[in-house]
Amino acid sequence: MDRPIRVLVAKPGMDAHDRGAKVIARAFRDAGMEVIYTGLRQTPQAIVDAAVDEDVDVVGLSILSGAHNTLVPRIMDLLRQAGLDDVVVVVGGIIPDDDIPALKAAGVAEVFGPGSDLDRIVEFVRQAVRERQRIG
Amino acid sequence: MDGTSQAPNCAAPGAERAAAPGAGPGSGRQFLTLSGQPVKAVYRPEDAPIDYARDLGDPGRYPFTRGPYETMYRGRLWTMRQFAGYGTAAETNRRFKYLLEQGQTGLSVAFDFPTLLGYDSDHPFSDGEVGKLGVAIDTLADMERLFEGIPLAQVSTSMTINGPAMVLYAMYLAVAEKQGADWRQLRGTIQNDILKEYYAQNTYIFPPQPSLKIITDIFAFSSEHVPKWNTISISGYHIREAGATAVQELAFTLANGFTYVEEGIKAGLDVDCFAPRLSFFWDIHNDFFEEIAKLRAARRIWARRMRERYGAKDPRSWAMRFHAQTAGVSLTAQQPENNIVRVALQALAAVLGGCQSLHTNSFDEALALPTEQAVRIALRTQQIIAEETGVTNTIDPLAGSYFVEALTDQMERQAEEYFRRIEEIGGVVAGIEKGFFQKEIADASYAFQRRVQQGQYVIVGVNKYQMEEEQPVPILKIGEDVQRRQIRDLRQIKRSRHRRRVSETLRSLAAAARRGDNVMPPLLDAVRAYATLGEICDTLREVYGEYREQAIF
Repeated sequence: MDRPIRVLVAKPGMDAHDRGAKVIARAFRDAGMEVIYTGLRQTPQAIVDAAVDEDVDVVGLSILSGAHNTLVPRIMDLLRQAGLDDVVVVVGGIIPDDDIPALKAAGVAEVFGPGSDLDRIVEFVRQAVRERQRIG
Repeated sequence: MDGTSQAPNCAAPGAERAAAPGAGPGSGRQFLTLSGQPVKAVYRPEDAPIDYARDLGDPGRYPFTRGPYETMYRGRLWTMRQFAGYGTAAETNRRFKYLLEQGQTGLSVAFDFPTLLGYDSDHPFSDGEVGKLGVAIDTLADMERLFEGIPLAQVSTSMTINGPAMVLYAMYLAVAEKQGADWRQLRGTIQNDILKEYYAQNTYIFPPQPSLKIITDIFAFSSEHVPKWNTISISGYHIREAGATAVQELAFTLANGFTYVEEGIKAGLDVDCFAPRLSFFWDIHNDFFEEIAKLRAARRIWARRMRERYGAKDPRSWAMRFHAQTAGVSLTAQQPENNIVRVALQALAAVLGGCQSLHTNSFDEALALPTEQAVRIALRTQQIIAEETGVTNTIDPLAGSYFVEALTDQMERQAEEYFRRIEEIGGVVAGIEKGFFQKEIADASYAFQRRVQQGQYVIVGVNKYQMEEEQPVPILKIGEDVQRRQIRDLRQIKRSRHRRRVSETLRSLAAAARRGDNVMPPLLDAVRAYATLGEICDTLREVYGEYREQAIF
C-alpha cells in the first residue's frame, strides 16, 4: 500500500485571504491525503523549508493578493535549489488568464481560479503525483 | 384547510418522502436559507408574535428595529461610498475624483497589503505587493497626494485600516490640518476593529490586549478632538467573507462590539461619551430575506444590550448605524456579467434593511480590481435603486411580514445562543486564543462549499448553466513599475525630512506606549515629521510585540 499523498498548503506573501486555502486543505484531507497548512504570511524560503521538512509530494500555493508574478517564480527557484524538482506545485487564487502561461513555464503544474471544482482539484493532484512517481 | 387528502395520488411510486424541516406543501426537498436555516412554506401570525412597541417601535425609536433615524431615506439617502484604491496615491486620487464626478457621495480608501500590515514599500517582505490590492501609503506625503484637491472638511472618508489604524488616522488628521480644515467638522470612519482581524480579515500587527488599549486611546482622543468621527466600524463583513453563516456574522460581530464597549467602560470612559460614535459594517449576501432580517435583528439586539446591560442613557448610544457592502465572496469569475444582477439584488436587500452607507461591488472583482467602467455600473446600480424603484419612499417596508419578522426573531435568538457560548468560554479574546471563532467559521465555510459541490446550493454559471467558452472581460492590471515609483518617492522623502525630528518623535511615541499614555498625541507628532508607517509600527512592535496566528483549518 502506497503512503498517503502529503500536501503542503501555503500562503505566500502578505495576502490575508485564507478561506480558499482552508477549504482546499480540508478537501485534500477528506480525500485521504496528509495536509500541512502553513498559515499566513510565509516567505518563499519558509515555504520551501517546510516542504523539505515535511517531505511533501505537493505544494499548493494560495494567492489572491496579485503578488503571484513575484512570489511564485521565486518559490519555484528555491524548490529547485532544494532538490525538490519532483514536487507538484499547484496555484489557487485570483490569477489573471494572461499570467498563467508564465507561471506554467516556471514549473507550476496547474492554476485553479475562483469557482474551481474541489473534486477536480483533488483528482488533478492525485494524477500528477502518480505521473511524477512513475517518471521518478 | 388541507385538501390534499381527497386528491388522487398521481405521483410515481416512491416519490413521497418524509417531511423534512423546511419541507412543506409542494415539496419533496428541503428549503433552506443560504446559511442552511430551514424555511417554511407559509408563515402565519403565530410565527411572528410581535408586540409593536417592544419589538419594533417606530423608525428612530427604541429598539430601532425599523431604522436608526426617524426619517431615514426620506430625510437623506444613504451615502454611496465605493471602496477604492490601487497603485500610488496619485492614481487613487484620480479614481476618487472620477467617482465624485459620477455622483458618489463619500470616499472609502482601500490600502495595499504592506500598508495594512504596517510595512514600508521598501521592506523586503513587501516585494510584489506594493499598490496591488489598494493604495500604497508610506508617509504623510502619500496621504497629502491621496486627498489633493479634495476638501476634507466637506467629504466623509472611510478607511479600511485596522492594525495600523491609529497611524493612518493621525495622517488623515495631519492632512486636514494642512488643508486648514477644523477637526471638529471632520466626518468619516476608520475600521479600527481589531478583534475580527484575529479570526477573519487577518491584518493584525500586535497582540489583542495592546491593540484594544490603542482602540480605547482613539475613543478618548476623538470624543475630545474629532467628535463627528466614527472611531470604529465593527465589521461582520470579513467574518462572513471568511466563510461564516449569516447568524455567525451577526453574533460574532455584536460580541466584538460588546467587547469594545466593555473595554471603554473599563478604561474609565462614560459609555455615552463614546458609544454614539460606534458604527457597524455588514456583508450582504445572496439570500434576500435572510440578509434583511439580519440587519433588523442587529439593530434590535444592539439597542437592547446598550440600554439594558451597559446602562447607556443617550438614545444615540442605542441606535446602530451601519455601512453595508455586497458580498465579494458571492461574485463569480464565470460569466462575470451575471454579477451585476447579484449585486443589484444584494444592494436592494441592504437598502430595505436600512443601511446608512453602501458599497456595491463591481462585476469584475472575482477577476481583479475593478475597471472604471465596472465601478461606474456598480455606482449606477445604487443610483437606480435610490431614484427609480420607489423603495425609498417608505421606511422599513417589510415590517409586519410574518416571514421577515419570524426570521428576525429567530436570528436574534440564535445570536443570543452564541453570546452565551462566547461568555462560557471567557469572552471574545479567550475565544480567539482557543481558536473557537476560527473553528466555527472554517466548519461553516467547508460545509457550504460541500453544498455547492453537491449542487444543493446553486451558483449560476458555476455549478449550473455553465458555458464552455466564455468571452474574456477587460481587467485592470497594476504594473510592476508602481513599486519602483513608490520606493523612489519614499527614498526622496527620507532624504528631505528632518532626521533628528523623526527620531525624537519616535522616541516620545515609544515612551508614551511604555507608560500606557494615550498614543495619539505623539503619533500625530511623528506623522507630521514624516516618520514612515513602517518606522512607527516597528517602534510599537518593540513595545507591544507581534501576534502570530494559530493555523487552524
